Amino acid sequence: MTELQRKDILGLEDMSADEISLILDTAQSMREIIDRPIKQVPTLRGRSVLSLFYESSTRTKISFDLACRYLSAGSVGVAKAGSSLDKGESLRDTVRNVEVMGPELVIMRHPSGGAPHYLAKNVDSAVINAGDGFHEHPTQGLLDMLTVRQRKGTLEGLKVAIVGDIFHSRVARSDIWGFSHMGSEVVISAPSTLIPPGIEETGCRVEPDVEAAVRDADVVCVLRLQLERQQQSFFPSVREYHAMYGIDARRLALAKPDALLMHPGPMNRGVEITSEIADGPQSIILDQVPNGVAVRMALLYLLLGGGE
Amino acid sequence: MSVNKILIKGGHVIDPSKGRNAKADLLVEGNEIAAIGDHLSVEGAEVIDAAGCTVTPGFVDLHVHLREPGFEYKEDIASGTRAAARGGFTSVVCMPNTSPVIDDETGVRFVLDRAARDGVVRVYPAGAVTKGQKGQEIAEMGLMARAGARMFSDDGLPVISARVMSTALTYSTMFGVPISTHEEDPSLAGDGAVNFGRISTLMGLPGMPEEAETIMIARDLELCRRVGGHLHIGHVSTARSIELIAAAKADGVSVTCEVTPHHLTLTEDLVKESGYDTNTKMKPPLRTEADRRALIVALRDGIIDVVATDHAPHSFDDKDKEYTFADNGITGLETAFALLHDRLVLPGDISLDRLIECLTTAPARIIGIDGGTLCEGAAADIAILNTDQEWAVNPGKFASKGRNTPLVGWSLTGKVDTVLVDGRIVLRGGELTC
Repeated sequence: MTELQRKDILGLEDMSADEISLILDTAQSMREIIDRPIKQVPTLRGRSVLSLFYESSTRTKISFDLACRYLSAGSVGVAKAGSSLDKGESLRDTVRNVEVMGPELVIMRHPSGGAPHYLAKNVDSAVINAGDGFHEHPTQGLLDMLTVRQRKGTLEGLKVAIVGDIFHSRVARSDIWGFSHMGSEVVISAPSTLIPPGIEETGCRVEPDVEAAVRDADVVCVLRLQLERQQQSFFPSVREYHAMYGIDARRLALAKPDALLMHPGPMNRGVEITSEIADGPQSIILDQVPNGVAVRMALLYLLLGGGE
Repeated sequence: MSVNKILIKGGHVIDPSKGRNAKADLLVEGNEIAAIGDHLSVEGAEVIDAAGCTVTPGFVDLHVHLREPGFEYKEDIASGTRAAARGGFTSVVCMPNTSPVIDDETGVRFVLDRAARDGVVRVYPAGAVTKGQKGQEIAEMGLMARAGARMFSDDGLPVISARVMSTALTYSTMFGVPISTHEEDPSLAGDGAVNFGRISTLMGLPGMPEEAETIMIARDLELCRRVGGHLHIGHVSTARSIELIAAAKADGVSVTCEVTPHHLTLTEDLVKESGYDTNTKMKPPLRTEADRRALIVALRDGIIDVVATDHAPHSFDDKDKEYTFADNGITGLETAFALLHDRLVLPGDISLDRLIECLTTAPARIIGIDGGTLCEGAAADIAILNTDQEWAVNPGKFASKGRNTPLVGWSLTGKVDTVLVDGRIVLRGGELTC
């Protein structure tokens, strides 16, 4: 496979292993550009990209912006596109206005699951989902896979443990779909109130005992605990969450000796993850970030047909 | 001046009120059914050839939203009653969640006046259970009943307080008017957009669990058991709801219930298959296949008394939104019979006889109106159905202002051909005459 046969990147659920491999291979070559002193190539010169972030974001927004810049694509965007929403503009009107401005690719983050799908149906431009509600966050899933593949050489046969608020996590869903499509064994662990019904269908096994989940894992992926959820009483306190599901050196030691530790950020240090391991030798958290830029460059390139 | 006579010839008559299910001719004189029998022939009568068609009482819908007053951009009494006629319905109960809410005598009279002026089928207003549908004080049920309200409901919202619901049921016993409920525990349903389960998980949408419905049904059955009244449970959607209602019925609790055509024919899987089509968003949400099968069995066995559409027209803009922001509900009047005939009767899940009963005699009995029968002397509210005709759902042709249906392009077998209301032809050959 040398080309993506799709207009949009909305999620990893329906993405084949071949497609994922193509994206990761492409991202790997993009990663080499990022590591050069002069980080700009003219590949997408003259192409235009628009980003619409209806939800706040620091890292994903910057990552996409840099991806555009490194490929010389012109990029404009709104960091908090809620501005037009606050004025009562419908998504359709926003979309129509966007379309006539002529961007070839639109990046969207939105608090409502399916909003990028709506956009994709209604514009000719390519659409990349930068996170929709608690549905999917495909570029995060891809960058997680790229980061693991760089260290392990393959994703097949790896045991990947994902620990944290699976219920409200789009990262978890994209990670589960992606890693399971690539032949990894995915185990998830969380308090029972944060395990959504039917999650096994995405290709994972639920293991309520976090230590059993982490045991002999090749990869431990810790999710950010959304502290505002505590008010909704999904768990009684941060202290109890940390005691029961926090990943620390002792729990990480249950995984394979060469296990990798990931976190999509931003971290709550001392809550879901301790600083000792977040900054320790097994952590690949800071590798995830430039790989995020690389994956986004790959998608821009593949969707905009950079070869033309 | 001679009385207008219409002879409906050669049709297969199904009249559940009389247990009739045979070929017969039907003579309408003025606004009454004058005769029913074999080979009627009458001088000077207009003849409608119903050969190959099924002739039934006009349908009665206990649950529609006509949106007037206040939301005329979604629907009004003129358009909504025409949609009803196109669907074979000759009587509809319209819900009071308008603006202002129909919660007093004036409101009831307004709806009746508008229906007399603009309507083409009979309109029976439902009055609110509580003032402003706020769930705090019971509304003036007595005055509303006297003005013509045939049902009370806070539909769209649950009556959250058990004490208020208990009072309302107790008070309603004085009028013999049923209270129709919207069973939803808000602390469980939250901001849910779809059924809570695999689909909410896979699509990353907030879910409403089935117990948001069943807990409130159980509560209201307990209240009704204690204080009496006629509890009519609106749009039942889960298998467990059926079990609760069946047990209460077996104990003699005065409860009836309804199911919508969409809960009988669609499941939550459509949310995913349609790729977030907001025309799959409604309350209660589409449930699982197991729930759907249980609803069909319950309808067949009589645990569920009636089919009601919950016709919920919305404007294009109210539905053309992000899934979680879109309004709840779909239109139902113009597709109900065809959908149920095509998806339940033709595959043999339910008999045509039973379906007609659930659309006519049974609902008429619940609100105590004379419709739902073809007996001699009854008002001539009649539907003539072509059960062989296949057609494709095209919302552009709806009489309803609401185009919000997930059935766009669906090919369905079974069409409402001709409808008489009070002896007047309002639909002929599938086309409105008024």
